[in-house]
Amino acid sequence: MHASPVVVDEHAHNNPALLHHFATEEQQKDSASLGMWLFLAQEVMFFGGMFCAYLIYRYKYFADFGSASQQLNIWLGAINTVVLICSSLTVVLAVRAAQLGKRMALVGWLLLTIILGFVFLGIKADEYAEKFEKHHVPGASFSYHELLPSQEKLPPAERQYANPHHAEMYFSLYFAMTGMHALHMIIGVGLFGFLAYMAWRGKYGPGYYTPIENAGLYWHFVDIVWIYLFPLLYLIDRHR
Amino acid sequence: MATAVLTDSGERETYLNVAHGPKSWLLTVDHKRIALLYLLSITFFFFIGGIFALLIRLELLTPSGDLAQADTYNKLFTMHGQVMVFFFVIPGVPAVLGNFLIPMMIGAKDLAFPRINLLSWYLFVIGGALMIYTILNGGVDTGWTFYTPLSTEFSKTNVISAALAVFVAGFSSILTGLNFIVTIHRMRAPGMTWNRLPLFVWAHYATSIIQVLGTPVVAITIVLVALERLFHLGVFNPALGGDPLLFQHLFWFYSHPAVYIMILPSMGIISEIVCCFSRKRIFGYKAMTLAVVGIAVIGFLVWAHHMFVAGISLYAALVFSLLSYFVAVPSAIKVFNWTATMYKGSITYQTPMLYAFGFIGVFTIGGLTGLFLACLGMDVHVHDTYFVIAHFHYIMVGGMVMAYLGGMHFWWPKISGRMYPEIWGKLAALIVFVGFNLTFFPQFILGYMGMPRRYHAYPPEFQILNVLSTAGATILAVGYLLPMVYFTWSMRYGRPAPANPWNAAGLEWQAHSPPPTFNFDEQPVVTWEAYNYEEIDAIPELGEVPVAR
Amino acid sequence: MGHLPFWPEAASTNAGNVDALYIFLLMVSGIMTLMIFSVLIIFAIRFRRRKGQRAEQIEGSVPLEITWSIIPFCVMMVFFVWGAVLYFQERTPPQDALEVYTVAKQWMWKFEHKGGQREINELHVPVGRDIKVILTSQDVIHSFFVPAFRIKQDVLPGRYTTLWFRATKAGTYHLFCSQYCGTQHSGMIGWVVVMEPSDYEAWMSGSGGNQPLAETGQKLFNDLGCITCHRSDTQGRGPDLAGIFGKNVVLQDGRTVAVDENYIRESILEPSSKVVQGFKPVMPTFQGQVSDEQLNALVDYVKSLAEPQPGQPGNSNKGTAQP
Repeated sequence: MHASPVVVDEHAHNNPALLHHFATEEQQKDSASLGMWLFLAQEVMFFGGMFCAYLIYRYKYFADFGSASQQLNIWLGAINTVVLICSSLTVVLAVRAAQLGKRMALVGWLLLTIILGFVFLGIKADEYAEKFEKHHVPGASFSYHELLPSQEKLPPAERQYANPHHAEMYFSLYFAMTGMHALHMIIGVGLFGFLAYMAWRGKYGPGYYTPIENAGLYWHFVDIVWIYLFPLLYLIDRHR
Repeated sequence: MATAVLTDSGERETYLNVAHGPKSWLLTVDHKRIALLYLLSITFFFFIGGIFALLIRLELLTPSGDLAQADTYNKLFTMHGQVMVFFFVIPGVPAVLGNFLIPMMIGAKDLAFPRINLLSWYLFVIGGALMIYTILNGGVDTGWTFYTPLSTEFSKTNVISAALAVFVAGFSSILTGLNFIVTIHRMRAPGMTWNRLPLFVWAHYATSIIQVLGTPVVAITIVLVALERLFHLGVFNPALGGDPLLFQHLFWFYSHPAVYIMILPSMGIISEIVCCFSRKRIFGYKAMTLAVVGIAVIGFLVWAHHMFVAGISLYAALVFSLLSYFVAVPSAIKVFNWTATMYKGSITYQTPMLYAFGFIGVFTIGGLTGLFLACLGMDVHVHDTYFVIAHFHYIMVGGMVMAYLGGMHFWWPKISGRMYPEIWGKLAALIVFVGFNLTFFPQFILGYMGMPRRYHAYPPEFQILNVLSTAGATILAVGYLLPMVYFTWSMRYGRPAPANPWNAAGLEWQAHSPPPTFNFDEQPVVTWEAYNYEEIDAIPELGEVPVAR
Repeated sequence: MGHLPFWPEAASTNAGNVDALYIFLLMVSGIMTLMIFSVLIIFAIRFRRRKGQRAEQIEGSVPLEITWSIIPFCVMMVFFVWGAVLYFQERTPPQDALEVYTVAKQWMWKFEHKGGQREINELHVPVGRDIKVILTSQDVIHSFFVPAFRIKQDVLPGRYTTLWFRATKAGTYHLFCSQYCGTQHSGMIGWVVVMEPSDYEAWMSGSGGNQPLAETGQKLFNDLGCITCHRSDTQGRGPDLAGIFGKNVVLQDGRTVAVDENYIRESILEPSSKVVQGFKPVMPTFQGQVSDEQLNALVDYVKSLAEPQPGQPGNSNKGTAQP
């Protein structure tokens, strides 16, 4: 916990970025930081509900989930993972640029983050479209007739198919979890767009770059959620 | 206090007269104005929820379902629950009194994030609008608990708009909690250490932790319910491999801690009032702070005590029953400490103190009946009966609402700059106490007799107790209307209030009544304990006994 | 009925136990309430503001805090243990209980006795016998509640839950649905009619020519083709079901499960979930092809299959159920 609270520093109020109700820049920065961490804590709980449902049903219907998981394109998922990790790097470089007062570098790294974000979303859209074509989107038009993992090794008469209801459960959770993740990414991209504009206007520098840093925190969180989603959704039982 | 700023018309500038017009209110970032915005909206929803309650009680005067059709009745109790829980009891104290007082109590100019505070209010209003839409568009009849598969597969009413209303209001709650946590951590005035914080602030700190960590879980749960309903997914549908009990676990994981969101701030209010009107520091400050944090933490571990007959395993039931008894201990400690605070005090009985006495009495009964419900073999009989309804109304209405009213009376001079009429205050408190007990005590008996919840029509042997309950409800309604009338009256005709009409401890009383926008003329520096009544009451003249005036 | 006003009738062995616990809870709560209220009132009067007297500032007392934490906690542990023991009793049906299958649906209770007798919203049982009710729902969650027996159990779709009681007094007692289930929730009520043994016998034979439940199940077992795979010789593609109920079986993945009503039901509706070791997952699902009542009949039939006697050949399909 922080040391004892702060006496008003009148001089600090010359900084236009310092809001009136804060005594010092440090207090404002620390508050914003703590606020963002708390927000991320609630995001963990938010996604946590879905992860909980996922873990329960994966345990119950492991083989069917394995079958459904293998319907996803592992390469696209892997590429997306790399894309997101790179975008976290560009975010960190953006923060660094702000700290060093390099305005154009800051704008550049933010724009690159946005581009990588769009790459991710584009690939995701492609994956969703493919699922739509194969009627793997839960709902009225859902239809699933695939083998359980490793069944192809057996003679045709003995091969067992996955339970379509359980596969639909997998896809319900797949779309809910990746959809919620994508929504958070879209918000993040929008946020970075706004910040890139403000950065271009010269609002951020060594004296004040809190919004970049906190948006970066948010983006890292979104990245971490994907790092959990990828193995959980794409890699079930793939080691065989 | 240093000299205050004057407005153009020569009167002292306060947060109320510093600017006029709708824009100055709707675009304000002043925590005090936002608190008043919340006061209006929350009172509005209390009114709506109260009307539903009166209709329910009217229907239950007779054994047959003659006032409303079954479907209508089901909508009435559903919407009574949803409106009251999500738009009154959960936001109530934090959004009105918490918002107004926390910055002042810690010596700050505002909350850490004033614009997010305004956003919280707008989210509340949007959620409320969605709720009103739901009501006007034919209502919703799933029960406030949205159990599946009834809500996902069978209900033909506006489940999705109701779920959305709750979702949006939930984010209002999360942001308020987030704001309070950062404010309490980072915005305290010099010298305001954690051990000098008023218990009101501690209570809101514990509440805010629950708001931030618990609410998202119910948010995602009702998103899943809405998705399931829209796309016929099977997450909670056994016919498709889903599990209706999963919904219950996810729902109660939030909704149990939610009841602590409802009561902890109220407990904070009672601590402030008891100390002031006994002229003493709280008995056992450390124990009280440990108790509120303990309640918040253990409160996350007891959710399945709502599911003892739902089909969970015996061993799970055992664990949750045991943990539920753990959470009762800190609550009991608080009652004992408030009582002990009065020992060798110098007690006066203004309206806030009457509400505090009422609270302690009623919360004791409500809390003890919680022990009945935590008791496994007992709960099998009384679960889903009026016993449960009586228990939670004792805590929510007897507890939360009485404390809220006590707090409103206590801080009204600070908020409005006016005194409320004391005689009417005492009268209303008495009416509320009598009306409340008459409404809800018979329901314990009804519950043990076997009257189930959510029943529109019932066997005739239950009638007499229902009639008593309805009689109580009408008395209670009068008790609630009175303050609405005289508070409004006092804004024009009430006696102007001094900065500290009660000679109370707390930084908020050092500011003017009503305060200026930035609360204090100069930043306070704190060198005293939270309840320094000894200092306050130290008077040169001998024999002059200080009192909460 | 001669019973106290504002107190439910006590008509089962459990009722007395619950009432005893309730009275204990009431007494302890009453004492606590009295103590706290009296102290409050005494303090309110004794320590009211008086001229010349000041409040005495007291910081607190750790010994006191500990005392009034530990003593209530110990009392609560008594509540906990007593309640837990009672709960275990309530949720553990005795062996050899008389079974009744119940299907709940919006908004009625459908009962089927082992002898095939069907009832709607009224359940006839003999006094002094252990009765086990095997419940499932056709639609939403309901709850089977008989205040006079102090017993309640939620009824779930897709699963069996059970409840048991032993009635001690002949009479007619309220049955309520106590889990909100839609429009006619308050109308989903009925009666449990407890009869003297002789009256019960008369009622059983009087409710004319029913086929015992297990026989109905046997017929379904044959009609649906179950018998082609579930044979008593080693040729069956499915396990021999003789005597299987109540035993544990080892599954393909090594887990051991108990063969209870839920397992049998699951094996019919989702056969590939828990396949017995040594058998292939080739059983087709009957989801959508059998109603809840038919499932009950099939389950009861499988339960009735006795262990094959040593030396006796073939199928031991003794399907006659004894009430």
